[in-house]
Order: sequence, then C-alpha cells, then structure tokens
Amino acid sequence: MTTFTPAPPATTDPDLLGRPDIRPAVAVMRAVGQAADPAVNPKLGMRTVNVYYGMKRAVRDVDLAIPPNAVTAFIGPSGCGKSTILRCFNRMNDLIPSARVEGEVLFNGEDIGARDVQPVAVRQRIGLVFQKPNPFPMSIYENVAYGPRRHGLKGRVALDEVVEKSLKRAAIWDEVKDDFRKKSGLALSGGQQQRLCIARTLATDPEVILMDEPCSALDPIATLKIEGLINELRSSVTIVIVTHNMQQASRVSDRTAFFTMGEDRAGYLVEVGPTLQIFTNPREQLTEDYVSGRFG
Amino acid sequence: MTTMRRALLADRIATAILWGIAIFVVAILFAIIGHFLLAAVGTLSPSFLFGDPSETSVGGIGPVLWNSVYMLVLTLLITVPLGTLGGIYMAEYAGEGRVTNVIRFCQELISSVPSIVVGLFGLALFVNATHWSYTALGGALALTVFNLPLMSRLAEQAIRAVPADERSGSLALGSTKWQTIVHVVLPIAIPGLVTGVILTAGRIFGEAAALLFTAGVSTPTHYDFANLNLTDPRSPWSPFHTATTLSVYIWKINSEGLGDFVRQLADASAAVLVLLVLAFNLGARGLGRLLQRRVTGA
Repeated sequence: MTTFTPAPPATTDPDLLGRPDIRPAVAVMRAVGQAADPAVNPKLGMRTVNVYYGMKRAVRDVDLAIPPNAVTAFIGPSGCGKSTILRCFNRMNDLIPSARVEGEVLFNGEDIGARDVQPVAVRQRIGLVFQKPNPFPMSIYENVAYGPRRHGLKGRVALDEVVEKSLKRAAIWDEVKDDFRKKSGLALSGGQQQRLCIARTLATDPEVILMDEPCSALDPIATLKIEGLINELRSSVTIVIVTHNMQQASRVSDRTAFFTMGEDRAGYLVEVGPTLQIFTNPREQLTEDYVSGRFG
Repeated sequence: MTTMRRALLADRIATAILWGIAIFVVAILFAIIGHFLLAAVGTLSPSFLFGDPSETSVGGIGPVLWNSVYMLVLTLLITVPLGTLGGIYMAEYAGEGRVTNVIRFCQELISSVPSIVVGLFGLALFVNATHWSYTALGGALALTVFNLPLMSRLAEQAIRAVPADERSGSLALGSTKWQTIVHVVLPIAIPGLVTGVILTAGRIFGEAAALLFTAGVSTPTHYDFANLNLTDPRSPWSPFHTATTLSVYIWKINSEGLGDFVRQLADASAAVLVLLVLAFNLGARGLGRLLQRRVTGA
C-alpha cells in the first residue's frame, strides 16, 4: 500500500447526487473480501488467444480467467484490442469477414470459439451491451420481449412477466411503467436507452453480460445510474466491462485487466488482478504508468 | 471581408436557384394535374368511370380502368416479393465482389432497355411461345422484366440504409441472421420498400409500349364480373383475359380514334390516370406507415 496514489474517485469528493463518498471503503472491501478467485471455476477464459484482421495481428497471446458473479473491467489505451477481446466471448467478431480468432475461448470450461459451436447459441447465454445505446425502433415492451420471442417464448402472460421483471432488474421500471407498451424505445433519453438495452439483454437471462464502454455516450448522471445498476447485477450475473475511464473501472469492478499495445501494434494483456491491487500496487511498471497517468 | 461577402452572395444565389428548381418541378406537376382536371371536369362521372366503352360516343372506361388496377396488383404480386428477396440477397448475403458487380450491371441494363423492346420480347415469350395469346399475365410478366431489377435495387438500398447497430443489437441477443432480417431489418426498411413499390407502380400504370404486344390493345366491350372462373379468358378476374389498360387505351384512341369525342375521352382518361397514380402513392405511403407501426408496435 506504499504506492497508494489512487485515481480521482478515491478522493473525498461527494458524488453527483451529493452523497458522501464511500467508494474507497467499498473498493477495499471488495479487494480484500470479495475479489473472486478466478482460479476456481472461471466463468470465462482465454488460452493463447490471437485475433487477426486479415494479415494484421490485432491481439496477441491473451491468457485470461474471469470469475463468475463478479465485475471484471478491461482497461487500456485506445486501440489495444479491449473491445476485440470482449467480442470474442460472444462471437461478435464472426460478423467481420476479415477477422480470425485463434486459441481457445472458454465459457464454463467449454471452447465456444470452436467451429462446430453455433454463434447464436453462445449469444443466447452471453449478452452484449454496446457503446452507443441501440434500442430497436419499437415500443419499450417489444424491445425487451424481442430476445425471448426469438428464443421461442410465446404467450402474453409469460412475455409480460419477463418484460416487467427485466425492466425492474435494469432499474428503469419506475420511469416507464405507465407507458412502456406504447412508448417507443427511441423516445427515451440516452441513459434510459442504455438501461433499456441492458433490460433487453437481461430478458434473455444470460449468464454473462459483456459491456463495451456502455457509458461513453452518456452524461455523468446517466453514467452513475448505469454504474449503480452494474452494482445491483454483480451478484447474479458475470459482467465484463470495457472502459476507457479508469475511475469507472475502480468504482464498479472487482477485478481489472490492463491491456496495452506492443511494438507490433497488437494488443496484449499486461496484467490482471483485484482492482485495488491493479490501481495501487500493480506488478508491472506499464500498469503503474498507465493508472497513474504517466502513459505516453 | 470581401471573401466573406462573396461567399454569402454565392450562398444566397445557390439557395435561390435550388428554390427555383423546386418550385419549377412542383409547378409542372400542378400544371399537368390541373390541365387534365380542367379538361375533364365535364366528362368525369360515375357512368364514365365504370361504364362500358362505346365506338360512337365518349362512353365509359370501366373495363380498362379495371385492367389497369388488375395489372398493377398482378405485377406487384410478382415483383414485390421477388424484388424484396433479391434486395435482401444483394444487401445481406451476396457481399461485395465480382458477382455482385455483374448482377448490378445487369440490373441497370435491363432497367434501361427500351420498353418497346421488352414488349417484343414479351410477345415472343409470353404470347407466342406459351400460346396464351394476349393476356394480363403476359403483360404483367413483361412489366416484371424491367420492374424486378428496379424493385430489387430499391429494396437493396432500403435494406442497406438500416443502421448496422440495429443488426448487431439483434444478433447479440442470440437471434439468427434471418430472424434479424425479418424482425428488425425489414420493418425498419419499410419506408424505403414503399418507395420501391410506388416507383414500380408508376411504371405499371404508365406503361403502354411493353403492353401493346403482350396484354393486348383490343377495346373490351363489357365485363361480366359474375364470371369467377379463373381459367376462362372471358372472365375479368382471370389472368388469361386480354387486358387493355388505361394507358394503352389512351394511346389507342389518340392514334386511331375517329370522331370528335376522341379529344374529350383522351383528356378524361388522362385525368383518371393521373388521379389514380396520385391516390396510389398516398395510399401506399399511408399503408406503409400503418404496417410499420403494426410490426414495430410503436
């Protein structure tokens, strides 16, 4: 703890709602008590994963284990491949014709990157929330019912139940409960849209939710609400969040993985560990430089 | 300062020119509609719209009006599903490459073949080779020849214009590509698809040359709508009836009609055609909006 030079959140600034700042205490608690041990039954994992775009290697030799029911943050400079690595976990890289993933991508110990594994089956259990909120131009109800419907859920009662439950879990129910059947998802504010997208993902009852910079298009208050929501969800879902905001990583995550770019312009994992340790006592000089703001 | 003033002047001039062009286009439209409406105002009546044609007086246009609508529906039934599927293939499955370039080149080529040539082609294929003689179906197929590429091109553009975010949003929820196309992409693309339908419909209503040798030019005397036998070429419901459309009828009476009532008949028929196109455009837009609301539930 000698190098305790935490990122700004650990100061005593009250948050935007004027509440006292308990984040440093929470962070310590998490680091000491809750930081799940990924060595025991990791939810997600990677073994020597390399990603190529055409001939160019974008990600180099990533080995990683992500514990269940905890929040893991991916941080690192732009272009270090955080999003690319995140998207390996639900096969979204398959949509880019030139992209090729080598190595093992593990979900509950099973290689989900294998050719005979259907991407659709993977995505039904591992959801993704995008950087820019992208609700469908449909009613709020239809947005949330979309996933369950496609997976074969029928019947008004069952769908109603899933929609209400998901909107509640995503902490947006109180704001939309009066008109969610009629109102378009596009008529919501940016922050509400993003929570709707999280509700839409929750409706498919995923074991893992991947979040690709989910707050980068949102204002600070909306960001705070999303972070609160992540905090609510952490006990029931495994969350992996890519963020370029180190304060956010320190606020919401149990564990942090730091990536950077090598001289070959390929991203690689520098180190991963309990968030408090990464921010206060990293093993690698590169991490130290980055979290303390001395990076290039 | 002078640069600024010059830029502002250029800006004002450009604005004025663009406004001028827009007003000119709208003025032409109103001039056409107005001209024919004024010329036809005395003739337009239910007995004209729904009556039988006559050789000695203005008579009615009932059967040819029916044929125009029939031809429209029949052609759209063939063109819209096939064109939309073609658009889906081109936008979602074909990818970019030599094959798609060749297909696109062919689409443009077929669309720009003179319609009289399409008519001759239709004569050879849908009239003679099939031994159908002059039929509504033959006409509809001839119209399909140049409308299908148009429809699929417009459908492709409408589908391509759907934001990638919506697609990946659906895929990330574990939907298949086809589910994504059916439940997200097509509903969002409806306005663009409606534009395709409207442009296609305009060419169906307006086409004469391609129909002369395929759907026929003989003036129908009387249609028996009680005859529902679809295989009977005398039934107006049958795709095998000779189907002279309003456009063809206008061409015919203008080129060979004798008697002083011809001008009046032609003007009134033209007015009906213009109103028909107008009504269809507005109707299609409204229906498209309704459909989109239905499928998106918002």
